[in-house]
Amino acid sequence: MKKLINNPEDVVKEELMGVALAHEDLVRVHFNPDYVVRVDAPIEDKVGIVSGGGSGHEPMHGGFVGMGMLDAACPGAVFTSPTPDQMLEATKAVNGGAGVLHIVKNYTGDVLNFEMAAEMAAMEGIEVASVVIDDDVAVQDSTWTAGRRGVGATVLAEKICGAAAEEGKSLQDVAELCRKVNNQARSMGMALTSCTVPHAGKPTFDLPEDQMEIGIGIHGEPGRTRMELKTADEITEILTNAVVSDLPFEKGDHVIAMVNGMGGTPLIELYIVYQHMVKILQGHGIFVVRQLIGNYITSLEMAGCSITLLKADDELLRYWDAPVKTAGLRWGV
Amino acid sequence: MIKREDVVTWLTCYRQVLKDNKDYLTELDSAIGDADHGANMDRGFNAVVAKLPSVEDKDIGTILKTTGMTLVSTVGGAGGPLYGTFFMRAGMAIDGKAELTPDDLAVAFDAGVAGVQQRGKATPGEKTMLDSLTPACAALHESLDGGADLKVSLDAAAAAAEQGMKDTIPMLATKGRASYLGERSIGHQDPGATSSFLLIQCAADCLGKE
Repeated sequence: MKKLINNPEDVVKEELMGVALAHEDLVRVHFNPDYVVRVDAPIEDKVGIVSGGGSGHEPMHGGFVGMGMLDAACPGAVFTSPTPDQMLEATKAVNGGAGVLHIVKNYTGDVLNFEMAAEMAAMEGIEVASVVIDDDVAVQDSTWTAGRRGVGATVLAEKICGAAAEEGKSLQDVAELCRKVNNQARSMGMALTSCTVPHAGKPTFDLPEDQMEIGIGIHGEPGRTRMELKTADEITEILTNAVVSDLPFEKGDHVIAMVNGMGGTPLIELYIVYQHMVKILQGHGIFVVRQLIGNYITSLEMAGCSITLLKADDELLRYWDAPVKTAGLRWGV
Repeated sequence: MIKREDVVTWLTCYRQVLKDNKDYLTELDSAIGDADHGANMDRGFNAVVAKLPSVEDKDIGTILKTTGMTLVSTVGGAGGPLYGTFFMRAGMAIDGKAELTPDDLAVAFDAGVAGVQQRGKATPGEKTMLDSLTPACAALHESLDGGADLKVSLDAAAAAAEQGMKDTIPMLATKGRASYLGERSIGHQDPGATSSFLLIQCAADCLGKE
C-alpha cells in the first residue's frame, strides 16, 4: 500500500482536521461524535439538510456543506456507515425549527443507522423526513436484493434540495423534491482499477491490466460484468445506453448530466467521456442543458467514472442554478 | 436465578470470543459482504466491556440497554443497529429487574429477536442473523416449557443456533450487501448468523450455571 497517510486509524480524523482549517469560513467540524456543520447553523425557520455515509467518497459529503447545499454531513470510517449518535447530534445542530431532511444513500448500514437516528430525533421532538437515494441501474431492483445503490444522484439531490431549503420551502416540499430528483435520475459506473481501503492495506479486488468492471459501486463492490478493456467511446456507450434505457428518458428531454471521476481518473479522460456522451444523447434526442465534470462522488483512488443523468424541468433547473457556496461546489456567489 | 454478575460475565466472555474469532468472521464476510464484520463487532464489544463498570451495579435491564446503545454508537454498518436493537429491546423487556428467572431471559431474547426482525425487515430463511437467533429462541421456550432447567434449555438453544448457522450455507441472500451477489451468495455461511450463534453459545456457557 502506497498512500499519503500517517496511520490508517487516523485517516478520517486528520482529514477532518484539514477540512476544519481550510474551510473555517464555511464549516465547523465537531469531533466525538464526528460531523461537519455549516458555520451559521442552525438557521431559524430553514429546513436543515443532513447527509452522511462512509468516508472515502470525497468531496461527498463534507465538501457539500455550506450555503445552498447541506447543513451537516456525518462521515463514517472509510466505506463504513456513520452511527446514529453522529446523525442525531448533527440533526440537533441544524434544526432551526422547520424540521430536518435526511438524505440517505441506499446501503443497508446507512439506511438502518439513519432510521435509528430519525427515531431518536423524533423522541427529542425534532421533525425528521428521510429520503433514500437509489439511482444505480447496475443493480437489479427486486425484492430479492437490498435494492439499487445510491450513487451520483445523491450529489444532484443535495444541490437541488439545498437550494429549495434556502428559499424557505417546507420540510414536506423539500422531501418531495428530493424524491422527484431520485425518481428522475439514473447512474452507472465502471472501474479500471480497484482501490485500497487504508485499514485493509491491499486492493479490495483484483482487476487484471486488460480487464474492466462495468456497473461498479462506490466501495469496490462487484458490478454487473467484468469484460475486456475497451476504448473510451465504447465504455461511454455502455454506460450511457444503460442509463438511458432504464427509464425515464425520452426524445426531447433536457437533462442535467454528471460525468464523475472515481478518484484516480484525470479530467482529461472525463472530458473525453463527456464529449462522446453528449453525441450519444443527441442521437437519442436528449439534450444536456447543465453539466458537472469532475470528481464529486469518489471511491478513494479507484480509476474509472460514472455517468448520471437527471431529467430536468424548469423547477429543477432553477434550483440547480441557485447560488451555492461549499468547498466542493460553488457558483452564483 | 440469573444475577447481574452473570450477565456481565456473559458480555465479557462474548468480547473474548469475538476477539478469538475476529479473523474468522472477517473471512466469512469477505466472501459475501464487505469484510468488516469481525473488526466492527470486536470494536463494539471492546467499547461495551469498557462501559460495563459504570453500570454493573444497576439492574439487568439497564446493563442490556447500555450495551445496546454502546453498540449502536460504535459499530457502524448494519451490525451496529441490529445488535444494538437486540440488546436495547431485550433490556426494555426486563426493565428494572436485578435478577432474572429463566422465563424472564426467554422473554428478553424474544423481544430482542423481534427487534432485529423489525429493524432489518428480514424473516428467517434470508441468510441473516435471524437464522440462528430465531431457532435458538424457539428451542429455549420449548425446553423451558417442557420443564427442563436453564442449563439444559440454553444448551438446546445453542445447539439450535449452531444448526441454524450451518443452515445458512445453502441459502440465497436476499437482504444486505450479500444480496448483490445473487446466486453467488449460495455456499457461504452467513457471518451475522455466525456471530449470533457465538452470542447464544456464550449465554449457555455463562448464564446456564444453576
